[in-house]
Amino acid sequence: MNYDERLQHVSVLGAAGKMGSGILLLTAVEMADLSLKPENKGKAFVLNAIDLSDEGLAGLMDYLRAQVLKIAEKKAVWLRSVYADRDHLIENYHIIDQYINDVMRIVRPTTAMEVAYKSSLVFEAVSENKDLKVKLLKQIDQNNPHKTWFFTNTSSVPIHFIEDEAGLKGRVLGFHFYNPPAVQKLVELIVTANTLPEASAFAGNYAKALGKVVVPSNDFAGFIGNGHFMRDALHGIHEALDLAGDRPLTEAIYMMNKISQDFLVRPMGIFQLIDYVGVDVVQFIMKVMNPHLADEDLHSDLLDNMMEQGIIGGQHSSGAQKDGFLKYEKGVPTAVYDVEKKTYVDISQFAASCDEALGKLPESFVPWKNAVKIKDKDTHFGPYFASFKGMDSLGAKLALRYGKRSDAIGRKLVADKVANNEQDVNTVMLTGFFHAYGPINNYFND
Amino acid sequence: MTAGYNTISMGTGRKEFNPKKVRPGIEHYIKEAGQGVVNQIGGAEKIDESVVGNFMAARFNNQAHLGGFVGTIDPALEFKPSLSVEGACGSGGLSLISGIRSVLAETADVVLAIGVEVQNTVKAIYGADVLAGAGWYANRKKGHAYFFPGQFSDRAGVYYEKYGYDYARKGMARWFVNAMENARLDSTAQEHHNNVADLEGLYHKMKPNGASFVDHLNVLDCSKVSDGASGIAIVSEEGLKRIGVDKKDAVEIVGFAQLTRNITQDPPDMVELTTIKKAAAAALKSAGITIDQVGTVETHDCFSIAGVLAVEALGLAAPGKGAEYVAEGKTARNGVMPMNTTGGLIGWGHPTGGTGVHQAVTIWQQLTGKAGSAQIQLSAERPYGLTINMGGDDVTVVAIVYKRG
Repeated sequence: MNYDERLQHVSVLGAAGKMGSGILLLTAVEMADLSLKPENKGKAFVLNAIDLSDEGLAGLMDYLRAQVLKIAEKKAVWLRSVYADRDHLIENYHIIDQYINDVMRIVRPTTAMEVAYKSSLVFEAVSENKDLKVKLLKQIDQNNPHKTWFFTNTSSVPIHFIEDEAGLKGRVLGFHFYNPPAVQKLVELIVTANTLPEASAFAGNYAKALGKVVVPSNDFAGFIGNGHFMRDALHGIHEALDLAGDRPLTEAIYMMNKISQDFLVRPMGIFQLIDYVGVDVVQFIMKVMNPHLADEDLHSDLLDNMMEQGIIGGQHSSGAQKDGFLKYEKGVPTAVYDVEKKTYVDISQFAASCDEALGKLPESFVPWKNAVKIKDKDTHFGPYFASFKGMDSLGAKLALRYGKRSDAIGRKLVADKVANNEQDVNTVMLTGFFHAYGPINNYFND
Repeated sequence: MTAGYNTISMGTGRKEFNPKKVRPGIEHYIKEAGQGVVNQIGGAEKIDESVVGNFMAARFNNQAHLGGFVGTIDPALEFKPSLSVEGACGSGGLSLISGIRSVLAETADVVLAIGVEVQNTVKAIYGADVLAGAGWYANRKKGHAYFFPGQFSDRAGVYYEKYGYDYARKGMARWFVNAMENARLDSTAQEHHNNVADLEGLYHKMKPNGASFVDHLNVLDCSKVSDGASGIAIVSEEGLKRIGVDKKDAVEIVGFAQLTRNITQDPPDMVELTTIKKAAAAALKSAGITIDQVGTVETHDCFSIAGVLAVEALGLAAPGKGAEYVAEGKTARNGVMPMNTTGGLIGWGHPTGGTGVHQAVTIWQQLTGKAGSAQIQLSAERPYGLTINMGGDDVTVVAIVYKRG
């Protein structure tokens, strides 16, 4: 079965979810492009969008149409050549409409999982629950005569557990997109000891066709991305709790968010990132990873406390940020949640005194938005972080400790053989988390 | 001609432009440009008739019948003659020609000429469909997604082949740099806010890429997508007295030509703008002057290559030498022949149906000393200005020669 044949009958499980909808979009477009190749004329391409929610599937079709329109507009130059022999497709809008039609006709929204029994490739993007994943994949595999391949968008559960328990024997691999899949360039590719080489080769080609950057990660809980993020987040939480000895926790959270965003030149502070991913998701991933870790405890009472109070962050369906550790107005944090008083406290009440306690940023500070564009990272960030060492401020100390910890987390991922090398760790953080510099560096050395 | 007025050319480049926000419609632009002229001539009752040049409001704005909007400028214009004219991107020039003919025919002494287009109603990829109407529809299917950039990309490709890629790009880069630098001096220009430090570096960094755009041009080679209008009064000597404007504040129309090539045929020569060449020669002849007596030119640089080819068509440089002429700075504002001194179509903007009138306003400003920061110094020996307004791929051309009043 060649590449095109493998992609002739595909199913996506959890297609209406945040990750599933993106995977469905990218796959639908790739399949449509294959279907338009002259050699594939007359062949049926089928992409089942499977989800439990009828409402979700209706929303998915709206999302799909809107996104395919944008994609078609961007590749109108190419589409004109594809449809060159279709005489009635003259103007760009004729061609764009036709392409949308050609993508949409491939997609079959359904709540019936049985349709996947005919697929030669199944993407799984259901919630991060091993038992659920095993149950679904096992059921499909037992009813599917095609020895189908399963690509699972698992972000933390080791793939070999799923492989063993579902009895998939080498026909599964981890294909971990970052949120949102249609935009984020990174895919972590995780194979087990048994994964068929042709499946992983296909996965590499497929990712490349989608324009993704593939980083191989070894099959350890959390892989590279969450392996770093969860520990990094825990460091931020612990530092905030320590700071809270002298001041209210709300202020400490504000300060650590500022340290991790401004001082460390990241796209957002660590508490904002937790809110973005969702307090529930972070807690859940830690819970999944923790049993697999012998020498550390990935757990936070503070996260549990937030969950119990129903303060969980995440995003509205519009993409707007929901309130979590921080409260947001038009995407900008304006208040911090007080877990004791169960209410938000305006940042304006304490920002000035906290900023003074942290001290100033070095003069060579360049905000993240501009810093990401710097080509020679070492020349900028080396001296920038070195200047903290000569400063006696609380902010400088916290920033150095944060940078060192982030570096140590990265190196441990390599030492533990989660990542094959330091470069892979840095690539994941640069492309998956939009960091301006890789966590493994020499900027924070004593 | 006198009492010229330009609205801001709105679109990408302007700080206040936000494609996601609701913007003024075409009626706003007609009204603003019309009132801009009316305010300088002592009232709308002085106007005998009006003419609106517009290309594709019927598709950009779902609106035809633009003559009917003249009454919104001032009630005094209702129940007077008003019409609209169309010749693709030469529509503005046709509105001028229409007014000039009325005055020459002595059927009017004061004509209000307006040119207008509001293009940002659709994304560029669909705007390309609309603008393709300036070509023959039978050729649309085999044309490029970005139809007109495709047409002039083909011309540029032949020019590169014949005279050398680097040589040509050097001239085209200078054309772009001049456009930006001139636009910065005019507060109504779309690139007025441009503050790129190394314009030439930016230009050469952006290599033409046929996979995403066209083979031989980058986006900096192209004119802007613009919303805007311009207005000007075309008056007889009698009319000048009526509106109370001194001759020194007006420019005299001393010659003009309006020629049209067969739209169903390909250009006779890919590296020559033949209609422009013929029209410019005819206009200069009707004015009884040569190009050497012209002090400044506004030419239709819908693409930088069209600017270079116009230099050759006007006889300022021999065939193939236009790029060199431009690269040497001869068309810059301090060069021997300052061209497009408020930025032209690439810098000031290109509200397609409005451009011909905008060119006339710029020449009027320069010849009467009203160009503000963009003012150039003209010598007494060369008191003439020339505008070249083109519709389609060198199909409809309007050439007008102006002299200080």
